Order: sequence, then C-alpha cells, then structure tokens
Amino acid sequence: MAEGIKDKVAIIGMGCTKFGERWDAGYSDLIVEAFKECLEDAGIEKKDIQAAWLGTCFDEQFCGKSALPLSHTLKLPFIPATRVENFCATGSEALRGACYAVASGAYDIALALGVEKLKDCGYGGLPEFSRQVGTESRMLFPNATAPGAFAMMATRYFARYNLKPDEGKRILAKVSSKSHHNGAMNPKAHLRREITVEQVMSAPIIAWPLGLYDCCGVSDGSAAAIVTRADMAKKFRADPVYIKALQISVSSGIELMHSSYDGTHIETTTHAAIAAYKEAGVKNAREEVSMAEVHDCFSITELVTTEDLQFSPRGKAGDDVTAGRFNLDGAQPIQSDGGLKCFGHPIGASGLRMMYEVYKQLQGKAGPRQIKNVKLGVTHNLGGFPLMNIASVLIAGL
Amino acid sequence: MVGITSYGGYIPWYRMERMTAYKAMGWLNPAAILPGERSIANYDEDSVTMAVAAARDCLKGIDKKKKIDGLYIATTTSPYRQREGAGIIGTALSLQPSIRTADFTDSTKAGTGAILSAYDAIKAGSAKNILVCASDLRKELAGGYQEQLYGDSAAALLLGDTDVIASIEGSYSISYDFSDSWRADFDEFERAWEDRWRRDEGYEKQLTESIAGLLTKYKLNIKDFAKIVIACHFERAGVAIATKLGADPSRVQDSMMRTMGDSGAGYPLVLLVAALEEAKPGDKILVVSYGNGSDALFLQVTDQIEKVRDNKGIKKWLARKKMLDNYDKYLAFREEIPMDKGFRGEESSSTQISALWRGRKSFLGLWGSRCKKCGTPIYPIQRVCVNPDCGAIDEMEDYCFADRKGTLFTYTADLLAYSINPPAIYGVLDFEGGGRFWFDIADCAPESLKVGMPMEMTFRIKYVEHGRGVSTYSWKAAPVME
Repeated sequence: MAEGIKDKVAIIGMGCTKFGERWDAGYSDLIVEAFKECLEDAGIEKKDIQAAWLGTCFDEQFCGKSALPLSHTLKLPFIPATRVENFCATGSEALRGACYAVASGAYDIALALGVEKLKDCGYGGLPEFSRQVGTESRMLFPNATAPGAFAMMATRYFARYNLKPDEGKRILAKVSSKSHHNGAMNPKAHLRREITVEQVMSAPIIAWPLGLYDCCGVSDGSAAAIVTRADMAKKFRADPVYIKALQISVSSGIELMHSSYDGTHIETTTHAAIAAYKEAGVKNAREEVSMAEVHDCFSITELVTTEDLQFSPRGKAGDDVTAGRFNLDGAQPIQSDGGLKCFGHPIGASGLRMMYEVYKQLQGKAGPRQIKNVKLGVTHNLGGFPLMNIASVLIAGL
Repeated sequence: MVGITSYGGYIPWYRMERMTAYKAMGWLNPAAILPGERSIANYDEDSVTMAVAAARDCLKGIDKKKKIDGLYIATTTSPYRQREGAGIIGTALSLQPSIRTADFTDSTKAGTGAILSAYDAIKAGSAKNILVCASDLRKELAGGYQEQLYGDSAAALLLGDTDVIASIEGSYSISYDFSDSWRADFDEFERAWEDRWRRDEGYEKQLTESIAGLLTKYKLNIKDFAKIVIACHFERAGVAIATKLGADPSRVQDSMMRTMGDSGAGYPLVLLVAALEEAKPGDKILVVSYGNGSDALFLQVTDQIEKVRDNKGIKKWLARKKMLDNYDKYLAFREEIPMDKGFRGEESSSTQISALWRGRKSFLGLWGSRCKKCGTPIYPIQRVCVNPDCGAIDEMEDYCFADRKGTLFTYTADLLAYSINPPAIYGVLDFEGGGRFWFDIADCAPESLKVGMPMEMTFRIKYVEHGRGVSTYSWKAAPVME
C-alpha cells in the first residue's frame, strides 16, 4: 500500500529572485541569485547538496537542454543533476523530483531550482508555441496562444452560468484587482501597481473576453528550494516546512476529444486536488487550507481553480470573490504575493516561487502581507491549455 | 447519354465594391473602374480550397467511393507548379486513390477543356464518372484594370452516363496562339495587351467563330438555345456577340461582372452552374469559354435537373457575403504588401512532409476513428479509445468528420496570435453523432458567434511556409450557411 509523501520531507531553505523584465540578467545570473539566497537561508554549503533538479520549460529559447545549465552555472561537483519539464508545472516538477529522491532515502539533501528567461524572444507574450509543441500540432491545432486557449474557458463559463459578458468580466476583474493589491506590497513582484476593477474591465482585449489585465506578467526569474529528510530537518533550522502532499495529474485527452468535459473547470486540477487532500489528510479544503498560491495565468484560471481546489462550490467562486473571501484579509487568502498576475510567470520558476510564498507565510516572515494563523498552504500549477494540460497540487505545513 | 449529373459552386465570403479599390488606387489609373462588386477569396483560400468547396457542394449525397473514378481540376493559379492540385483535392474529398487525376492549366479555357476530356473518357468507356473542378484566384497588380475585372470563384461538375441532368450534345473548339494576356513562368502577375484589342480581336472574333462553328456543325440556330453562357468579362461585348448571331439578349446568361467578376478557368463553369440553377427540362444551353481560342459546348437539360436543386450552387453562395471595405486588407490577403507580422508572426517550424503524408487522412481528409467497442467517434485518428469508460486499444475503424455538422462548444477571438486577418478566431466543436475537437473558425465576424450555434467544416489553407514552398491545408469550422 502506497504511503504517500506526507511528513517525509522538509524544506529547509528557499530563495527567489526579483521577477520581472530582467534585461540585466541572463539565466545564469538568475540561477545564482536564487541559489545564493536559498543556500544562505538553509545555512548549508554547496558541497552538502547531494543531488539536484533543474526545472525549465522553454529551453529552446534560452539555456538549452539538459541539467548542464544548472551544473555549469553553479559548478556543481559532479553530483547527479536532472532537468525536468512539464510546461507551467515545471517548477513543481523539479521540487517533486528532489522530494522523492530524499524520501526514498537515496539522498539526505537535494536541491530543486526552477528558472526561466522569457524576455529574450523579442516580442510580448510567451514565446511562440508552434516550435515547441511537437511535429503534428501545427497541422492539427489552431495557431493559438495561451490567452486564447484560456479565453475559451471564460466563454464557456459565462455561457454555462448565464453570465452576461459584463457580469462575467466584472467577476474576473475583481480577481485581478485583488492580486494587484497584494503584488503592490511585494518588493520581488514584477508588477507593483494597484488597479481598479474598472481599469481591468476597460483594458484592451487580448483574446475575447480576456483583456490585458486578465493576463499575468511574462517574466524572467528563478526560485529554489533545498529539501532534506523530515527527521533531519530540525538540525538545520527551528522552523522547517513539511511537505504534506505532492500530486500531479496529466490530461488523458478527454478534455480535447470527448464531449463529457464541460469546459468550465480543469479536469486535472480536480483530480490532483482530490489526490493531494487524500495524501495530506485534508477533509474539508474550504475550512482547512489556510492559504493558496494558485496558477492564475489568467483571471478565469484562478476563478475555476478555486472551484477545482474545493474552496468554492462549482459555479459559486464568483460569489466568494465578490465577498472578499480570497483577499489578503479574507477567510482564505489566495495570491498573497501577487500571484502569477503580479509576481510574474517565469514558467520553470513559478511552482517554486509559489512554495517560496507558502514557506515564508508558514514561517511568519511575509512582512506586510503576513496572513494570520497559517497552518496549511496549497500551491497549484497548471501547464498547457484547459483542453490539454498538467496540473500540480502541492501542500505544505508546519 | 453522357453529360452532367450534378453541379456545385463556390463564391468566397468577401466581396469588394470596385469603388473601394478605385478610391485607393484610382489616382494611378483614373480610367480603370468598373461598376459593381467582385468576389475576394479569404486569406486562407486558394484555387485548390475553392475547388474543394465547389466539389463538396456538387457531391452532396453522392457515394464518392462507388461513383468517382476520375478527378480533373482546371486552374491557371495552382498553388504549386509541381504537386498535383487534383491530388490535394482528391485527398480532401476522401476519394479513393485508384482514380485518374489531372490538372488542366495555362489557359482560361482549361475548364471547358477539362469537361471535354472527361466527356471523351466517359464516352469511350474509360471512366464512368469524372468530377471536373474549375477555379481561379488571380493576383493582380494594385490599381490595374485586371483588379477591377477579376473575381475569385469555383465550380464543379460531375460527369457521367446515368442520371444525367444536362447531356453534352456537342462541341466546337478553336485554338489560337492569341496572347492577349499571359504570365511567364517567372511572373507573379498577369500582363495584358490593350483591352480594346482583347475585346475586338480576341473575344468578339474568337467567340463568334466558336459559336458559329458549333451552330453550323450541329445545324442549329442560336435561337434554339434557352440559355447562352458566354464567359466574356466585357459585359456589353458578350451580349453583342450573341445578338449579332441572332440571339435574343434575354437568353444571354448574366455575366456576373457586377456581382463576382471573371474567375478565369472557373468563369464559364460558374456561369454554367448559375444557368443550370434556373434551367428547365428540355432547355438547350450554349456554353462558350475564352482563352487562346475558345470552346463552345452544346448541352441539353433533362427532367433529372430537379434532383440537384438543393445544392448551394451559385445563388446561395452569392447571397452569403461580407463586404470588404478595406482595400489594404485585400492587398494583405494576397501578400502584395510587405506587412509587419512581428517576430511572433515570423516564428515558424518547418513542415515535415513525411509526417504530413503519414497523417494525411486526419489532416487533409478530416478522418478520425470510431471505437468498435463503445462507438465513440474521435478526431484525429487514434489507436486508444478516449472514452474513460472504454479505453480499448486498436479496436478502431476509420470515421470521417468532414461532412458532419456540429455545435460550437466554446470560442475566442485572439488578438495576440498571429493571423493575416486578426483576430484569430478559433473554438471547440462538438460533432453531430459524437466527437469533439479544437478548430480554427473561418468566414465569420467574432461578434456573430454564440456558444451552441450550428457549425460546418470547410477546407482551407492552414499555413504557407514560404521558405520551403509548402502549402499546408486543414479543415476549419464555419457557421452553417443559412
């Protein structure tokens, strides 16, 4: 009988760069920046690290394939290093790899580092997908972008719940406005400006019905974690953060090719959440999860994710958004660091950036953004499009 | 009896008032103006995709596997100099591979040439049924007279020896090396000699000669014809040719110069389809093409004509239209102006021709699979059933989605994605009878879309890879034509 990962692994150090349009920094600068903070926070030396995982998505655009960009940059002394990639769940995938390695007993201390240098492609938005998604995709699929693929979920959500475009957009605007409020307080965030609901509503359309402020920042950045066996964690620090669940779910093709999918939720997130809560022993996510960092690549993604993560009943997330449940001072704050929306979204780093915020909140070190009485935090990544994706749900606690 | 057994037409969605072009470029050639409007193929269309649209209209309700044993396309604007257009069309139509195919080209009378060749093959017993498509999409120099004259459209005729709706009773052909308009191998645009010379020495003399030749050969009087189809883009000259031979001008088929324009090799066939739509049993029809000579054809309508009356033909396509009021956009569609595509627009991977070949049934024919265990239809072709309650492996039969309608599950209009005609509109379709996939959406305004609205499939250019000279085709969804 599989035992799961709960309380077998602890995070003893984390680091995260400033996210943003880092014209000053290449991928190796970003790696060093995150690693230095992480190492210092853990209070260990580089030679203590026994294995490493690198997460990066658009290798074609910047650092190249394999784990070499990590080992060369950090001059890792011939230790095993692995590069992982699973679209936007890449950073969480790197952490998963390091945690499982430690939980297996193969290593005592492992590094997970995610990095992405997106702002070297010469245009706005994510780098063009057509070269990255396989041989036949270009012949089969529309020449879609991420905003368009997620906009289709908004169209569907509005239709399913009889929301007029303005009503639906207003709910989504509240989601974005809340994250901007939090991001403005975060010195490491990419976008640090409060915006009103009206500003979000009247922003230029990117992919109907989503406008500019329904979309997250496209950023450069890196984040890292050092993990160890739970029974060793207290040797390194008094307040280690324990892994309660590491779940990932990958589309089966149903969402794209089978009419049973309703298009107003994410099937993988739903599955990963059920598995993660089971692994962590969470019975009622709405009551027990103190805070969450979810994959708000677009406002609609955050809205449906709160339903997929069982924070809100299906079709009711809008009510909770309007009631302020997910605000920093609400009952269940989401995106206390600004989220992808404002902290930014360097793909390979995002999962680890989310864990960085949960880690700091659990330790009570989140400064003006500190949430009261944090016991259990969820991070959620969604890689790909609603029709075909990878979702991760990770849970950490004290 | 050998003749036409079905017909189909196609006119693109966009039309442009000729005055729109004139307002933009009239300063260059103040005399280059004609009344009315012309048809404009969308950016994702070419002579092959338009021929497919007309062929699908023509083959509605016809068992393609049993019936079609030949496919000809006539066009002067094949997207390839070496890659058979008929081969692409045959794959898109899912015709069986054991058929005779040929491209007829290099003259605007290639369409009637293809009809005559098909007729001869059937008459000789070499084939039972041959599908003849004719289509042209000509690029014209900005501000020139041809830009005013020409339009884009296609027609398709099925020829056979049973259930004939209009028998081919005779023909008379003439051929001259009369080079009044031409494109050299290296030419992108057509050149033409003075239009008065084209009209008087070309159209008038040669069409008169072919018609008179036909009348003499079959001992007919032009008054015997209920409909006279003359592919002449000089509106008045076309009528005058017939009336000088004694015809009642009311019998001369509308040249469609006010509504569509001269579509080259497709032109006489498009006008013929328009005539057949109105024809009555017993009508004699005269069809005359033009281009380095002329073919005159003599057709006789039978009482089977009523059987194909629900095809879209020309009338229904003509009624479905969107005015293009932006001349620059037309130039962009034809890639006649250097356009800032942005780096995103320039990014592209190269097409793997071998992968395209392997996947041709799915990509070009819109074939998927249907699970023999649970009956679930799936696009594209799969080996493992997607039904979560089934999951059978290698229990599939081929299943074609091309002629299935569907409903729009969801959609967006994407301004970030590169498109020649932004926003890029795409959405998810649920097919009647099952099956779901994600497609581009063609020929619509985004604000006209609604979740749940009926859609149908249309064969289009997916992208053109200029670096390697590859045109890739795929199926897009479009609102069901009213």
